[in-house]
Amino acid sequence: MSLIRLSSPHVYKANSTANVMRLVMLAMLPGILAMTVFFGWGTVIQIIWASLLALGFEAVILKLRKRPVLFHLSDGSAIVTAMLLAVAIPPFAPWWMTLVGVFVAIVLGKHLYGGLGQNPFNPAMVAYALLLISFPVEMTRWTTPFVLNGDGWQIAPFLDTLKAIFAAADNLWYDSFTGATPLDEIRHRGGLTTEEAWRQSTVLSQGIGAWHAVSAAWLMGGIFLLYRKVITWHAPISMLLALALCSSMFFGFDPDNYADPFFHLSTGATMLAAFFIITDPVSSATSNRGRIVFGASIGILIFIIRTWGNYPDGVAFAVLLMNLAAPFIDIYTQPRSYGHNRAKKGQGGKA
Amino acid sequence: MTTVITAILILFCLAVVFGVILGYASVRFRVEGNPIVDQIDSLLPQTQCGQCGYPGCRPYAEAIANGEAINKCPPGGQSTIEALADLLDVEAVPLDAEHGEEQVKKVAFIREDECIGCTKCIQACPVDAILGAAKQMHTVIVDECTGCDLCVEPCPVDCIDMIPVETTITNWKWPSPTESSSLIATDRGRGAEQQEAH
Amino acid sequence: MGKVFAFHGGVHPPENKKQSTRTPIAHAPLPKMLYIPLQQHIGIAANPVVNVGDRVLKGQLIAEPVGRISASLHAPTSGIVRSIGPHPVPHASGLESDCITLETDGQDEWIEHQGLQDYTRLEPSVLIEHIRQCGIAGMGGAGFPTDVKLHLGDDHIVNTLIINAAECEPYITADDMLMRERAADILSGIRIISHLLRPSHIMIGIEDNKPQAIHALEAVLKGCELNIDIRVVPTKYPSGGERQLIQLLTGLEVPSGRIPADIGIVCQNVGTATAIHRAVHFGEPLISRIVTVTGDAVAKPQNFEALIGTPFADLLEAANLYEGRLFRLVMGGPMMGVTIAHDQIPVIKTTNCIIAASDEEMPQAPPEQPCIRCNMCEQVCPVTLLPQQLYWFSKGREFDKARNHNLFDCIECGACAYVCPSSIPLVQYYRFAKSEIRTEEAEQRKADHARQRFEARQARLEREQAEKEARRKARAEEAARAQQSRKSTEADKAQADPCNTAPAASAAPDLKQLKTAAAVARTKLKKARDALKNAEDKGLDGIDALRVTLTDLEQKSEEAEQAFKAAEQAEAAAAAEKGVDLKQLKIDAAMARAAVTKLERALTKTEDEQARREMETELVEARKKSDALNQSLSEHSPA
Repeated sequence: MSLIRLSSPHVYKANSTANVMRLVMLAMLPGILAMTVFFGWGTVIQIIWASLLALGFEAVILKLRKRPVLFHLSDGSAIVTAMLLAVAIPPFAPWWMTLVGVFVAIVLGKHLYGGLGQNPFNPAMVAYALLLISFPVEMTRWTTPFVLNGDGWQIAPFLDTLKAIFAAADNLWYDSFTGATPLDEIRHRGGLTTEEAWRQSTVLSQGIGAWHAVSAAWLMGGIFLLYRKVITWHAPISMLLALALCSSMFFGFDPDNYADPFFHLSTGATMLAAFFIITDPVSSATSNRGRIVFGASIGILIFIIRTWGNYPDGVAFAVLLMNLAAPFIDIYTQPRSYGHNRAKKGQGGKA
Repeated sequence: MTTVITAILILFCLAVVFGVILGYASVRFRVEGNPIVDQIDSLLPQTQCGQCGYPGCRPYAEAIANGEAINKCPPGGQSTIEALADLLDVEAVPLDAEHGEEQVKKVAFIREDECIGCTKCIQACPVDAILGAAKQMHTVIVDECTGCDLCVEPCPVDCIDMIPVETTITNWKWPSPTESSSLIATDRGRGAEQQEAH
Repeated sequence: MGKVFAFHGGVHPPENKKQSTRTPIAHAPLPKMLYIPLQQHIGIAANPVVNVGDRVLKGQLIAEPVGRISASLHAPTSGIVRSIGPHPVPHASGLESDCITLETDGQDEWIEHQGLQDYTRLEPSVLIEHIRQCGIAGMGGAGFPTDVKLHLGDDHIVNTLIINAAECEPYITADDMLMRERAADILSGIRIISHLLRPSHIMIGIEDNKPQAIHALEAVLKGCELNIDIRVVPTKYPSGGERQLIQLLTGLEVPSGRIPADIGIVCQNVGTATAIHRAVHFGEPLISRIVTVTGDAVAKPQNFEALIGTPFADLLEAANLYEGRLFRLVMGGPMMGVTIAHDQIPVIKTTNCIIAASDEEMPQAPPEQPCIRCNMCEQVCPVTLLPQQLYWFSKGREFDKARNHNLFDCIECGACAYVCPSSIPLVQYYRFAKSEIRTEEAEQRKADHARQRFEARQARLEREQAEKEARRKARAEEAARAQQSRKSTEADKAQADPCNTAPAASAAPDLKQLKTAAAVARTKLKKARDALKNAEDKGLDGIDALRVTLTDLEQKSEEAEQAFKAAEQAEAAAAAEKGVDLKQLKIDAAMARAAVTKLERALTKTEDEQARREMETELVEARKKSDALNQSLSEHSPA
């Protein structure tokens, strides 16, 4: 009999990286649906375009790295990265911008560091930050929600959106479908108090419901992931709590100049970040305690950048900054092992 | 003009102050000998075989402290080279083939039928691992033998063999799992390498 | 019931236990050959006390323990010892180790044996010695000699005894069936252990997937005078690990690197308790155990009472193995078991299960993918380690860092590798890292030791060198002085006694030198003869030259020999001339000295006045004689 000799264990739970990725994609569906309903077809087109690009770029770079192509493509991580980038950028982003973004995310942000599991930074956030700094105009041309464009169902038609993305559209067309986001309004309110800014802007007073709905959809997806144990509660909850606490403190202290906590939690990319971006296991901290620190720090950073920084939404930069700090957090938040009195600090061994 | 002179004077005074401190420190905290040599020596395998070209491990350690290459020790192998590279913050180069290759650990064995009791091997052994006296039978104490094979040359009747240490249940080690995603798609299954056909 | 705590992590693999609990424990058929490894326990291997060809009876001692941590071996049945030597043994390496091979004769004849009458009256050390002589070792899987564990009561305060009935690994049902059928034996064993360790509380930890066993135990424990609790714990792997069970039942953690007895707890397996019962009450040594034979490749999965040393093939045949379906043969459970490549490997004291798995049941592991740092491994680790970090460090050979992250606390339970979505063989990485670290330490120790010896040798050589120098100097000075004095006295003495002192003084050094010269010549000759023989055997060059040298040396040797003999005779003649036979003189002097000593000793012993006076006179005479002889001897001895 030809018997094989292996190390234990000899049975495995039916779980795989591809499974995990599929669950994440499933959890993103409510959010994508909400974005399509309120903001038009742009998001879906971007997702499809970005996914195709991601697969293509990954295949090429795997070939160049002399790795088995199909084996690595089938784990679905490239598609998830592409999807996260696609929902983060404005729906009307031109095709070449998405191309640059996906290239940076897959090739520079992931494979040049060693491929899956080796990247220190979240690839989608690397791409987003690069795009934001390189193409500020396109990256700030956000779509207005349909409620503002008169009564009834009026989002940009599918073909028109396609044209806008792949060919150019004239500025008038853009003007009718794009506008500021709530965070933009608050950021650029000038000397007005938040109360006055709210009353003055139609986006804030009438259209805020759309953003609330999208955030709620991301939250639903996040709860699904928690239920299926794909992510743990530590990072998302601590980020949301930290952000809520910071904003409550400042709002309570001076409501005229600071936005209220609900605003912070429900606009921008907060919910998307909390459940889908900071929970990327490769670039976040390892232990549960570490994740709490990681999440809380991101929450605080988001608040700081939104309130005093130059950019309206600080999620990408906050995440990138904490990715830098993740190894350090790991060294100092090791769990206490069985049989030891205290958790060990430091890495040990020769420097 | 006065600012320039003041600046120069201040810097001069600072230099004097720090010079005095350094001078005092160099006398007060002087370390006898070169501790780096001890550290290097503790990493070398102590077989005292001379394959590196130096008469023993300590002379080689001193040479390394003076800039000698770290890749001359075959009994230490690549792991010793890497440890030395770590310690000295230099690059870990592969073992210098000129000095011999890293081989399986061996111990000496004297064929007693042929031993003439000349004590030449006893004088050659750097760790006194051979038991015997003039005109008496010589034998190797296996636990002390480092496998340096300095005893093989002097024996006039060539009765010493170097026998590889065999793997038994007590000294068997788990092998490292095969390297991951580089090859695996082509050889399906981790067990392929260890498959035995009976 | 009592409070049950919890431990971190754990997994729930499919149990697969129902297959093997349908039928009661069967007696395995008597095999033709038994292979009994000398090392079935932790500690030093046992030493055989029988020889090849001996006939042994069932239960007869065939190997004795060596040292304190060791266990003895007994013949599982009667038969003839066929060989004592290497044979495949159950070990992950697949290597061979020494075994005693026994050919059974089918008679199953017991040796004389009987149980202890009333063990409570015996000295504890005597009782433990009896258990040691019966070869009992831990049967839960580790094989620690039970007598050493029972001696823990000597220097530790044991307040809790935990009986491990958890059997948390899937497929294994040996302990379950043992509890269902032989609960009374287990209780008897617990009584004995309790008598030795005197705990204040006894707990039996059992998982909730064994309701029949729990009932059986409860029935037996009715009215028991001991303070025994059955604590049912939720089914989770690995709740049967010693440290995890302790945490489950008491909430305490055993400090890293220490044993449970250090916190007052001792654990024993139910199988070991049964074996202790049989040893103490019937005098039966450990020669059989319950083994679960299961898996899709056997038609009748069940539990067997098998003799130690039974080859796996026999048990598999008894369970009706489908050879074609067998893909993987595992000894132990699917989480921690060892794959076996050879079906003649025997059952040992710690074999609790044999799984004959088909390839659907235990398929080939999928290829290893990159780690995505998902941290599922940390979620399930029962020791709350960071398996992910340990994996990175082991892979990168940064063993110091791995050790700092508590690598040696890992119990190798396999839960992390079980859940890993990238199918990384984590446990193998840790085993590899542990063995590398151990090897490095051993080599470091060896290197330090070698350095010490080397330095000691250098010091010794220097010392010898220095001493030689000193001696040489002293001798040179001595010679110079002697030269001086001789020059001055030679002139005076030249007339006095030319033939006595001068030849004697110069003959003596000559004699020694000649003797040495003769010896050297002999050695050179022998060496040359050997070299010639060597050259002839190996067909080397220069044989003719060697032959010439040989004849030359032969001649020289002859000459030296003759010179020496002549000198010797001359010296003897010179001494005889003086009318002094040195040899005889020596003998006489010695005898006189002996007589003196004898008299002195007798004198101290006698009390009688008369006798004493006589002896004293004799003594004086004898002393005079002895002194005279000795004087003469020292005068006539060579310089």
